[in-house]
Amino acid sequence: MNTSVIETSATGTSAFEAARLVLARDVRLALRKRGQLVQPLAFFAIVTTLFPLGISPELSRLRDVAPGVLWVAALLSSLLALEFLFRDDAQDGTLEQHVLSGQSLTWLLFAKTVAHWLLTGLPLAVMAPLAGLALGVPAAAVSGIVLSVAIGSVALSLIGSIGAALTLGVKRSGALLSLLTLPLSMPVLIFGARATELAIKGAGFAPPLYLLGALAVLGITLAPLAAAAAVRISLE
Amino acid sequence: MAWTWFHRLGSPPYIYGLAARLTPWFAWSAAALIGGGLFGGLFLAPPDYQQGEDFRIIYVHAPTAWMSLMVYSTMGISAGVGLIWRIKIAHAVAASCAPIGASFTFAALVTGSLWGGRMWGTYWEWDPRIVSELILLFLYLGYMGLRSAMDDMQRADRASAVLAVVGIVNVPIIHYSVLWWNSLHQAPSVMQLGKPTMPASMLTPLLMTLLGFTVLFAALLLVRLRAEILNRERTASWIREAVTS
Repeated sequence: MNTSVIETSATGTSAFEAARLVLARDVRLALRKRGQLVQPLAFFAIVTTLFPLGISPELSRLRDVAPGVLWVAALLSSLLALEFLFRDDAQDGTLEQHVLSGQSLTWLLFAKTVAHWLLTGLPLAVMAPLAGLALGVPAAAVSGIVLSVAIGSVALSLIGSIGAALTLGVKRSGALLSLLTLPLSMPVLIFGARATELAIKGAGFAPPLYLLGALAVLGITLAPLAAAAAVRISLE
Repeated sequence: MAWTWFHRLGSPPYIYGLAARLTPWFAWSAAALIGGGLFGGLFLAPPDYQQGEDFRIIYVHAPTAWMSLMVYSTMGISAGVGLIWRIKIAHAVAASCAPIGASFTFAALVTGSLWGGRMWGTYWEWDPRIVSELILLFLYLGYMGLRSAMDDMQRADRASAVLAVVGIVNVPIIHYSVLWWNSLHQAPSVMQLGKPTMPASMLTPLLMTLLGFTVLFAALLLVRLRAEILNRERTASWIREAVTS
C-alpha cells in the first residue's frame, strides 16, 4: 500500500516544485485562519506593554531597555507561534503523507518553515518598530530594528522547527518546547539585541547584523535536516 | 578478524560484564587521584599571592567545569554514533551521560559562585563563561526533559540523540556569542604551553584532580550504564543469569 503512494506522488514532481507547492498551500491555509495569525502579534504587543507598566513610564529609561524588551518579546512570540508550525498537519495526517510522499522531507519541511516565517516572522519585523517607537526609540533606528528582527526571526523559525519536530508526539509540550528551543536561541537574542541597541544609539549596526545573517544561513543549511530526522522519529 | 573485539562492544551482555569488571579500576584510581590531588592542593600548595587561601577551590571548580563540557561531548558523540549506526549501547551511553553531566555543570556553577563571592564580592556575575555554563545546564535539562517526556524507549533514544547532536553544533556558537560581552573571568592559566603561570606545587595537584574527575566520570558512567542496560534488557533471558550468578 505504501509503495503505491510513493510511486504515484514521486512521478515527475521535482523536490523544488514540491517545496513550492507546500509553501503555497501552507500560506493559503494560514491566511484562511487569520485569528491564529494575529495571536503571536497580539502577544508581542502585550508583552511590550508589560514593561513600561513594570519598569517606569519614562521614555528615557525605556529607551535603554528597549532592545532587550523588543527581542525578548520577539523570542517569546516566535516560541508561541511554533505551536502552529506542525501541529495541525500532524493531527490531520498531512505530515505523514509528506513523509510517505517519496519527496525529500528536508525540502518540504524547509518550505513549511519558510511559510511559517512569512506568516509570523515577517509581520513581527513590521510590528517591532511600532512597539519600539512606543518605547521611545528614535525614528532613525526603525530600519535597524526591521532588518534585525527580519533576519533574526529566520534563525528563530529554523531553530524552532527542530524543537517543534522533536516534541510532535509529546502531549502538552509547551514547557518542554521552550526548554529545548530557548537555550539554542540565545545567540540570536544576543546579536539581535546588540544590532537594535547600536541602531538606537545611531551607530553602525552592520556587524551584529552580519552575525545574525550567518546564524540564519547556518540554520537554513542544517536545521531542515535535523527537523526532517526528528519528524521521521516522531511519526514512527 | 581483528575487528571482532569492536563488534562485541555492541552487545549488551558483553558490555554489562565488561563494565562490572572495569568499574573498580576506574573508581579506585579516581579515588587515589582526587584524594592525592586534594591533599596536594589543600595542604602542600602555597597560598596564592593575590587570592590567598581562597584560590584552593580551583581544585574542584576547574575539574567540574572541564567535565561539564567533556561529558556533553561524550553524550553528543555517542548519541550521534547511536543515530547513525543504530547501536543500542551508544544510546544507553548517551542517556547515562546526561544526569552526570548536569551534576558536574551544577557543581561547577556552585563552586564558581562561591569563589566569585570571595573574589569579586558577588555570588553571581553576568560573566560570559558563567552564562555559557548556565546555558549548558539548560541544554542538559532539555535533553533529560525530552527523554522523560517519551514513553517509548527507542523513540526517546533517537529523538534525544537528534537534540544532542544539534546541541553539539550549537555549544561553540553559544559560547562565542556569549563571549561578546566583556569578561570579568580570569584568563585561563593552566593551558599555556611553555610558560605556565602556576608553580609546579600548585599545578600538579590541579592536573591530578582534572585527571581524577575524568576517571571518576568513567566510573560513574559505567555504573549508570549497567543500570541502564538492566532496565532496557529486563525481559532478556541473559539478565536472569547475570543477576543471579
